[in-house]
Amino acid sequence: MSTSESNQVRDAIAQAISENHTILFMKGTPEAPACGFSARTIAALQALGAPFAAVDVLPDPRIRQELSTLSDWPTIPQLFIGGELIGGCDIVCEMYESGELAQALGLPEGQATEGAPSDGEAQPSGFVQIENRL
Amino acid sequence: MPTVEEIKQRIESAIPGARAEVEDYTGGGDHFRATVTAAAFAGRSRVEQHRLVYEIFGAEIGGPIHALSLKTQTED
Repeated sequence: MSTSESNQVRDAIAQAISENHTILFMKGTPEAPACGFSARTIAALQALGAPFAAVDVLPDPRIRQELSTLSDWPTIPQLFIGGELIGGCDIVCEMYESGELAQALGLPEGQATEGAPSDGEAQPSGFVQIENRL
Repeated sequence: MPTVEEIKQRIESAIPGARAEVEDYTGGGDHFRATVTAAAFAGRSRVEQHRLVYEIFGAEIGGPIHALSLKTQTED
């Protein structure tokens, strides 16, 4: 029972990552980050004007647990671009400063602002609530 | 509660040839920042480099070590 529930959470996370080109798992929301590391990561994405989806891991501890199992990454936040783990706050901030983040996001051409891979209605199975910024 | 010195030694003994500079940046004994220089990082992505360091501490990350902020490099 608990195993299949965990798998459902993991499946929902995997689906969210595959359906959203740029997705950030964070503590809190982009408007109200609940941790300094999440806040700094959001600030980097917003400074580039990059559209992104955000998932708050705090409402259900299973999200964080399953996400870390899936990504083999122990901390929050976690940024994924094109299904790949880019890293946490340290890596994202380092890449922001070097210009690599803009490159990874396909900016400044801004091609992600339209025709994004999400239909904007993706709310897989209720475990992962996505705040869609695409 | 791990100390700055302990974290430094654990990183340096786990990754051959690594040099680590560790600071407790809040003074509270649970938020650390480490700069790790190791030839072993060569050819690995940043994510893989950070994983090598995180793996040393396992479940302590997020537990007694509330945060371990990392900068990894192959040389100075």
